[in-house]
Amino acid sequence: MSPAFLARRAWAQFRGEVLVLPSRTLAAAWVAAVLLLPLVLPDPYVLRVAAMTCIFAAFAASWDLLAGYTGQVNFGHALFFGTGAYSSALLSLRLGFSSWIAVSVGGLISTAVGLGVGYLCLRLRGSYLSFATLAFPLILIGILFAFPDFSGGELGLSGLQPLAASRIGNYYVAAGAMLILVFGLWAFADSRFGLILHAIRDDELAARASGIDTARYKMAVFGISAAVAGVAGALYAHFMRGAGPSTLETALSFQAVIWGVFGGLATIYGPVTAVFMLYPLTEWLGSFSTFGELRLLIFAIVVLLVLLFMPRGLTPWVRDRMETRCPRCKQQNPAWRKACRLCAAPLRLSGAAVT
Amino acid sequence: MLQDILVTGLVSGSTYALLAIGFSLIFGVARIVNVAHTAFYMLAAYGLYALLVQGGLGVLLSGALAVVSVTLLSVICYRLVIEPVRQHEAAVLIATIALALIFQETVLRIFGGSYLGVPSAIDGVAHLFGVAIPKQRLLILIVAGAMLAGTWVLLYRTRFGLAVRATANDLEVANLMGMNVNRVAMATVGISVALAAVAGVSVAPVFVVDPFMWLAPLVTVLATVVLGGLGSIQGSVIGAMVIGYVEAVTVFALPQGAFLKGAVALSMMVIVLLVRPEGLFGVAFEEER
Repeated sequence: MSPAFLARRAWAQFRGEVLVLPSRTLAAAWVAAVLLLPLVLPDPYVLRVAAMTCIFAAFAASWDLLAGYTGQVNFGHALFFGTGAYSSALLSLRLGFSSWIAVSVGGLISTAVGLGVGYLCLRLRGSYLSFATLAFPLILIGILFAFPDFSGGELGLSGLQPLAASRIGNYYVAAGAMLILVFGLWAFADSRFGLILHAIRDDELAARASGIDTARYKMAVFGISAAVAGVAGALYAHFMRGAGPSTLETALSFQAVIWGVFGGLATIYGPVTAVFMLYPLTEWLGSFSTFGELRLLIFAIVVLLVLLFMPRGLTPWVRDRMETRCPRCKQQNPAWRKACRLCAAPLRLSGAAVT
Repeated sequence: MLQDILVTGLVSGSTYALLAIGFSLIFGVARIVNVAHTAFYMLAAYGLYALLVQGGLGVLLSGALAVVSVTLLSVICYRLVIEPVRQHEAAVLIATIALALIFQETVLRIFGGSYLGVPSAIDGVAHLFGVAIPKQRLLILIVAGAMLAGTWVLLYRTRFGLAVRATANDLEVANLMGMNVNRVAMATVGISVALAAVAGVSVAPVFVVDPFMWLAPLVTVLATVVLGGLGSIQGSVIGAMVIGYVEAVTVFALPQGAFLKGAVALSMMVIVLLVRPEGLFGVAFEEER
C-alpha cells in the first residue's frame, strides 16, 4: 500500500468520523490548537498559563470520572493532587529519584491513597461521602504542618528539577500528558466499564441486583481517578519546581467541583472545556492592575450567571444547540440535517407528516 | 489546663452547634448543601465590625442590625440564585460555592485582608464553680443556649415547626397535604442563616475577623453534621460538643496541637463514620430512587 493511499484513507476516515459532527470537529480543532500553540505564540507567559491549564484540565477530568460518572461527589479531590505533588517532590528531593520516575511513583502513591479513600468511602453515600472526603486533604495538611522539617511546613518544598530542559519542552510535557490522560479517560468512560459507572450512579441497588460488584467498581474508579489526579499533581510540582500546601487546600477541591459542574457533569470534555475557558480567563483578568484583585469575584459571578441560564452546565447546552439525536438509531447528528446521517430516519417531524 | 479545656470546649462547641443546626435544617428541608452557610457567619461578624467600630452604634443595636440584614440578604440570594436552579442538585452546590466566593471577595475589597478586632460587649471575668470564665465567653454560651432553646421550641411546639419537620421528612407528601413547600424552604433558609449570623456576631469579639474566617468553621460544621447524623438536631448539638472538646483537648494537651486540631477532629469524624456510617444519631435515609 502506497503512502498516498494510506494518507487518502486516513483523510477519508477523518472526514467520515470526525468532520461529520460539529462537536468532534471542535475537539479536533482544540487538539490542533493545543499542539500548535508554542509555534504560533511562543510567549513565555502564555506558555506558562497554557501548561497550567493543561495540568488542571487533567485534574478536573479525573474529578468528573469519580463524581459525574459514578456519583461519588468528592469534596476533597485535592487530596490526590497534593499527594502526587508532595510525594514526587519528596522522592526527588529526599531520595534523589530522577524526575520521570518521581512523577510515576507519585502517581502510584496517589493511586494507593485513592484506593484507601475508596475503601473508607464504600460505606458512605450521597452527602455523607462528600462531607467526609472534604476532611481527608485537611487531615494531611495538619500532619504535614506538624512535621515542618520533613514537609517544609507552610512554605512547602522547593528546588525541584523541571521535566524538560526548555520552556517549550515543558509545555509539551504538560500538553502531551494532558491529551493522553484526557483521551484515555474519555475512552475509558465510553467503554462497558463507563456504562457500569453510569448504572452505579443512577441506581446502585439495581446495579447490585444485576450482578455488578459495585464495591469493586467504586474502588477501581477511586484508584483510577486518584492516579490521574496524582500524575497531574506530580507534573504540577515539577512544573512549579516545588509543592506547597496550596495543592491540598479546600479551595482547590472546590475548584474541581466548579470546573466539573460548570462544564457539564459526566462528559469528561465538559470539565476540560471549563478549565480551558475559566483558568486563562482568571489569569488574564489578573494581568490587569485594576481588575487584578477582582478576578476571583468576576470568576464567581461568571460561573453564577452561566449556571442560571445553563443549569446542566455549559457543554451539554452548547451540544444540544449544535446536534440532535436520531430518534431511531440514537446516533448524534448535526442540528441542520433533516435526515439521520446513518439510518436516514427523519430527524424532525414536519407538519404534514404528523397525522 | 483542665479548666481551659472545659471552657474552650464548651464555647467552641456551642458556636459549632449554632452553625451546624442551621446547616442541618437547610439540608433536611430543602436538600441544599449550603457551602455559603459559614460565609453568612463571616458576613455577620463584618456587619458587627462595620456598625460597632466604624459606625459607632451600640452593641445590641449593631448586633441586631447585622443579624437582620444578613438574614434578609440570605433570603434575597435564595430567591435570585438558588431557587431558579433548585431542580439541578449540582448547580445548587456550585451556586452556593460561588456565593461564598463572592462574599469573601467583596469583603476583601471593602475591608481589606487584615485581621480586625471587635471590642468585647462586656469585659471582666466571672467565676463559676471555681473556674474563671471571661464574661464575653459566658455571653456566647448564654446566647447559644437561648438560640438553641428557641429553635427547639420553634421546631417542636409550633405549627410552622411541624411544617418544617414534615417537609424534611417527605417533601412530596408535605406538598400534597397543602403546605407551601417553597415558602417553608425559604423560611428555613432565613432561620438557619439567622442562627449562623447570631453565631458570627457573638464570636466576633473573641476571635479575629478576616475574610477567610468562613473556611475553617465550614469544615468543622460538615464534620459536626456528619458526626451527629444529617437531619438530627440533637445529633448536631452532641456532635458539635464532641468536636469542640476534641479540638480543645488537642490544642492544650498535644505538642504542635494548634496545627493538629483540625486533623484530629476530622480523623475522629472519619472513625465514627467507619463504625456508624449514618452518624451517631442519624436517621438512615431511605435511598431515594
